[in-house]
Amino acid sequence: MAGEKEIRTQIASIKNTQKITKAMEMVAASKMRKAQDRMRATRPYSQKMLNVIGHLANANVEYHHPFLIEHAEVKRVGFIIVSTDRGLCGGLNINTFKAALKAMQDWQQQGAEIDLCLIGAKGTAFFKRFSGNIISQVSHLGDTVHIGELIGTIKAMLDAYTEGTIDRLFLVENEFVNTMTQRPKVSTLLPLVPEDNEELKHYWDYIYEPDAKGVLDELLRRYVESIVYQSVVENVACEMAARMIAMKSASDNAGELISDLQLAYNKARQAAITQEISEIGGGAAAV
Amino acid sequence: MAMTLHLDVVSAERELFSGTVSAVFAPARMGDVGIYPRHTPLVTTLRPGELKIEAEGKEDQYLYVSGGILEVQPHVVTVLSDTAIRAEDLDEAKALEAKQRAEDALRDQKGDLDAAKAQAELVRAAEQLRMIERMRKMRK
Repeated sequence: MAGEKEIRTQIASIKNTQKITKAMEMVAASKMRKAQDRMRATRPYSQKMLNVIGHLANANVEYHHPFLIEHAEVKRVGFIIVSTDRGLCGGLNINTFKAALKAMQDWQQQGAEIDLCLIGAKGTAFFKRFSGNIISQVSHLGDTVHIGELIGTIKAMLDAYTEGTIDRLFLVENEFVNTMTQRPKVSTLLPLVPEDNEELKHYWDYIYEPDAKGVLDELLRRYVESIVYQSVVENVACEMAARMIAMKSASDNAGELISDLQLAYNKARQAAITQEISEIGGGAAAV
Repeated sequence: MAMTLHLDVVSAERELFSGTVSAVFAPARMGDVGIYPRHTPLVTTLRPGELKIEAEGKEDQYLYVSGGILEVQPHVVTVLSDTAIRAEDLDEAKALEAKQRAEDALRDQKGDLDAAKAQAELVRAAEQLRMIERMRKMRK
């Protein structure tokens, strides 16, 4: 059995680690609440935007935007993968990457090549080793993401679709189910399929300024951007939730370790005292 | 009863305004527009500028929009406001920047986190400066 002193230093060091994980847990918890609020705040925009797009789709415009055109043959697909900047958040990123890799493999088996757009430092570090072609990348967005920081990254992919370089565009993101569960999700961004919604079937004869093409261009581009932006904001909430859980279990494990070590320490201390007494007793008897 | 319309102003990051108003004035692409209830349906893009909101019995409200889209229906007006300054050349520059970053990330096998972070902060600061510059020009 290890000596008293060694056990004592070990306990002290684990206690320090536990303090850190506790602090990180609490920071993550408060950041998660803020991130969830932000997540909710982004919803009205895309909701309103969907309404406007729905109205326009029913207002028979002759112009067909490139985002709405489905490419018959799929030679190259694009993936936008949202990940975190920092680690220590459990299996969050790995689960996302697994989902992404699976989707990529499916397409590769069909003979399609892969283009990647990576959001977050972890994704960049992971997919650097992967054979896919990285088109654009952005990282170190912080906890409060602004849409301005994403525009360029997304535009690179959207342009590739408009030019016909890629024939499909997918988004790999995390869905915030609740604090305990975050689910990776792969969804199609392009081509856009307007939803059939009975409520929006009302026919409006719009005046377009400057023209239908210009308005649709701006609208659809912003719509795709807002979807990606939402997923990034949601990912921050997921990251914080996952980190909170990971840190909580780390703190719990540290607590268990400490109580085990404390027991060992007490035993060692008592053994030492018993030994000392018996030594004294032995010495007295010898005199 | 005075006629009113419902106005929603939303940006990608949050809801800016939602309520009943009597008139809205917006900087549309082809010139400023004033919208009163029962305006003909209209969809237009916006220039950066001020959105003026008039409501009965309240002081006029001003919101700064850096562009976006305005949708008008007889009694519902929706403004999808941009939070970022948008311009074709600026967007283009950003796209190039993102591509450049991808190349840098590939070349830099070590993944120098600190350098990348410093650079990201630098870019952000430059962005803010540019925005302030534009706002200042607009004021004049």
